[in-house]
Amino acid sequence: MCGIENHRFEPRVPVSFPTIDVDRLCKVYTSKGKVTRAVDDISFALAPGTITGLLGGNGAGKTTTIAMILGLLEPTSGHARVMGAEMPRERYRVLHRMNFESPYVDMPNRLTVRQNLTVFGRLYAVEDLRERILATAAELDLSDLLDRPTGKLSAGQKTRASLAKALINRPDVLLLDEPTASLDPDTADWVRSHLERYRAEQNATVLLASHNMAEVERLCERVIIMKQGKIEDDAAPDVLLRRYGRDNLEDVFLDVARGRGEASREAAQ
Amino acid sequence: MSAAPTSSLTLSVQRINAMVLRYLYLLRSSWPRVLDLIYWPAVQLFVWGFLQFYVAQNSGFFARAAGMFIGAVLLWDILFRGQLGFSVSFLEEMWSRNLANLMFSPLRPFEFVAALMVMSIVRLAIGMVPVTILAIFFFGFNLYSFGFALAAFFLNLILTSWSVGIVVSGVVMRNGLGAETLAWTVMFVLMPLTCVYYPVSVLPAWLQGIAWALPPTYVFEGMRALVLEHTFRADLMLAAFALNLVYFAIAVAVFLALLRSARRIGSLLQSGE
Repeated sequence: MCGIENHRFEPRVPVSFPTIDVDRLCKVYTSKGKVTRAVDDISFALAPGTITGLLGGNGAGKTTTIAMILGLLEPTSGHARVMGAEMPRERYRVLHRMNFESPYVDMPNRLTVRQNLTVFGRLYAVEDLRERILATAAELDLSDLLDRPTGKLSAGQKTRASLAKALINRPDVLLLDEPTASLDPDTADWVRSHLERYRAEQNATVLLASHNMAEVERLCERVIIMKQGKIEDDAAPDVLLRRYGRDNLEDVFLDVARGRGEASREAAQ
Repeated sequence: MSAAPTSSLTLSVQRINAMVLRYLYLLRSSWPRVLDLIYWPAVQLFVWGFLQFYVAQNSGFFARAAGMFIGAVLLWDILFRGQLGFSVSFLEEMWSRNLANLMFSPLRPFEFVAALMVMSIVRLAIGMVPVTILAIFFFGFNLYSFGFALAAFFLNLILTSWSVGIVVSGVVMRNGLGAETLAWTVMFVLMPLTCVYYPVSVLPAWLQGIAWALPPTYVFEGMRALVLEHTFRADLMLAAFALNLVYFAIAVAVFLALLRSARRIGSLLQSGE
């Protein structure tokens, strides 16, 4: 529990020089005497150039964890460090090398895609911004939409525009919250390929919160499963499948979410 | 990738420009927003201008004090619209659910505030310049004839409006859009206390102390001294400026405290109520 010795889960993957280092992180909300442990003593470390999936049901603590890594939320206790910078205290050392995309955060709807990318490009001090916008738009199939107001894009187009904003500064650390939500399967597959390519070219560290198990299985070399603010498991997808005796991550997720995780693990052994 | 200075006190003109550009793009894309900047100050001008005509015809005092009401309403609009220009630009981020994007970008709080201050002046200029020209045309009142005094009035009023705008934005950021009404109404608390249309001596003695603690009171007294006695009261302007510096520093401290609190309770990721 937060602030109390209860290190139930030890991180499974030792990382020497982690890009993201989460150490006994806790977030506790107190409202009218009721205490909610949104994130409860979690630890993990992400190596440079890796894609890690953060799985969990609604209210598991994924978004809270990401918000603390971004410096948007102050931990109650513990540490979130990005490239050695303590968040949120030292955030300005690293924020220009990070970015984030989430369906819970919009870009100004009245501005065109080009205008939005120009504003964010300037905020991130992107060099050769005009060319960078054209290149990012081309990569994400947005070239024909650059001069359209962001609010008039379809849901899928909006997701791609948000992704373009998240990639405008070529971040070394990319945090994604359901990046392919509301995309058709073809476009979602195309976005996943793009993310794989981006990670490979940039050696970027990606933390991806998703409910799409196929996506996590395909993209992530490591999966962290959260439930009620705690880490329930943390391993490579194939290790998880063996550990729970399942054929796909969806079944693993359901085992954990429905409290059958322990039983499945024992049965698999 | 360029290296970024690490302090939250570092100011980048490029990032301030980026935010100003963002608001200019918005204004350019929305004519109702521009119309809204002009329409209400114009309505106010005509109401008070014609009232001034009427009372001037029936009172020797007001005949001598030509322009006192119009001057007051124009200066009040600088105060009110200055704060609104600041707060509404901030509210645009809440309405468009863009605040989190800014808060995890390299944009520093002081840069954000600086951009909002610039936009407050831009929005004020869009609204007030046409109205001051209308005042010359319809009522023969030339605000610009105040000369240097106008600059002193403007500086003091805009500083007060920014202080109020900074606190209001902090409250909305911390408490969500449920606190939005403050942006539209808070300045009206100052209207009776700062003696926009009447001298401080009209107030009960105990209220006069409160009135003199508010910088705009000095501006409106100064404006009346200029119109009625043709005297520029530099002492009043200096006192207002000193008070404004104190209030501005308090407002920035309150904003930073509210930002820290928002970071603690998690309201930066939400833009709802």
